[in-house]
Amino acid sequence: MSRPTPLRDVHESLGATLTDFAGWLMPLRYGSESAEHNAVRKAAGLFDLSHMGEIFVTGPQAAEALDYALVGHLSAVAVGRARYTMIVNERGGVLDDLIVYRLGEEEFMVVANASNYELVARELTGRAEAYDAVVDDRSEQYALIAVQGPRAQEILATLTDADLAGLKYYAGLPGLVDGRQALIARTGYTGEDGFELFVAAEDAVPLWHALTAAGESAGLIPAGLSSRDTLRLEAGMPLYGNELNADLTPFDAGLGRVVKFDKPGDFVGRAALEAVKDVPPRRRLAGLVARGRRVPRHGYPVTKDGAVVGEVTSGAPSQTLGKPIAMAYVDAGAGEGLTVDIRGSHEPVDVVELPFYRRNK
Amino acid sequence: MSNIPDELSYTKEHEWVAGLDESVNVTVGITAYAAEALGDVVYVQLPEAGTTVQAGDSVGEVESTKSVSEIYAPLGGEVVEVNQAVVDDPSLVNNDPYGEGWMFRVRVEGDPEDLLSAEEYKALTSGES
Repeated sequence: MSRPTPLRDVHESLGATLTDFAGWLMPLRYGSESAEHNAVRKAAGLFDLSHMGEIFVTGPQAAEALDYALVGHLSAVAVGRARYTMIVNERGGVLDDLIVYRLGEEEFMVVANASNYELVARELTGRAEAYDAVVDDRSEQYALIAVQGPRAQEILATLTDADLAGLKYYAGLPGLVDGRQALIARTGYTGEDGFELFVAAEDAVPLWHALTAAGESAGLIPAGLSSRDTLRLEAGMPLYGNELNADLTPFDAGLGRVVKFDKPGDFVGRAALEAVKDVPPRRRLAGLVARGRRVPRHGYPVTKDGAVVGEVTSGAPSQTLGKPIAMAYVDAGAGEGLTVDIRGSHEPVDVVELPFYRRNK
Repeated sequence: MSNIPDELSYTKEHEWVAGLDESVNVTVGITAYAAEALGDVVYVQLPEAGTTVQAGDSVGEVESTKSVSEIYAPLGGEVVEVNQAVVDDPSLVNNDPYGEGWMFRVRVEGDPEDLLSAEEYKALTSGES
């Protein structure tokens, strides 16, 4: 049985198509996923992301423990700021990609993917053992609601006195939203401006209703996982299990910049990652745009002159480009003239730089 | 509950067939149930007019944001007409699956078999949803 989020009844009352995702019963879409996608690009969308994991690391050596446990330099993060980082194994393979918020000098919140957070909590607990720090998985106690889109700030501003305008991208601060305690973070997974609101599970339903009412006139609509996936794909953002897995290092994924070798002390995976950091990867993550209308999907072979030169990791029709797009690992020397084997037919694709979509700031 | 018109026949693969009683030419499409399950349809590939198909043949595909599914010929015969409008505007499948979203017409050869009544199709889909 899939686990429901605190917002399950709300999703059902909205007529959502529910789906199992990473062991959770999640809304795939409420009506048209294209309309939800476009609402986030042009106005705002409301997402239930309560399946994500919230793991707190606290104590006098919380920062040092995270420096050892993760590839990032978390002790260098200022209070109130957030970092995109990764947890890898001894071989340098990615166990999950994470966003870590520094809530205080001795308090961090690690946000992990739904499919991995139990593993992440376990790994963090083991890796923090030698430090004066406590790892506490509070995923069950938290709900996460995201408001994403160009009108997100004006909508949220009607429900909070927090200084939203002063809140930078990848920053978070505690505040009251509709009278409820929340961590208000300017982060998201859509390529748009927006906010993620971490609240107590029991506050999820009233907060959802308050946001729905506040956003109605601005064009905010609830948005499901289907549009979340096409939005993040257009924005060139990796999805764990698609672009990232334990057999790939951050360098393989083109995300070597998150590995901070110059931080003090050792960290899990350092030796393995130092050995590969200057080795050009055999394959690189490429953006593909299909010339035709058939969609290259996860797992489809990328071919050139009949030979397999890669594999699609994510693919979908792009609302913004009006063509199918995909990310794929492709042999570094493959060049142009690629095709994707779409159920037996080799469809031509063009290689483009990621992301496919970048918002105007 | 999806709309399942009484006067049509159905396949287990969620195609509908119209005109079975009145004419040798039948019209084929996919059901509202299938269209809802797919989500927003973005691409439809249909067989070419003139193609001879056997019942159960994969003759085309319907692609949405999240998935792709094949279209099977509900019965054998010659494809006599395809709906270019649905190729040009795949959203017709979602908006009007039994009307403007029809897919192709077949000149039926031999006796069709194994099609479901509306009642049988309702029973099938209520079990799946």
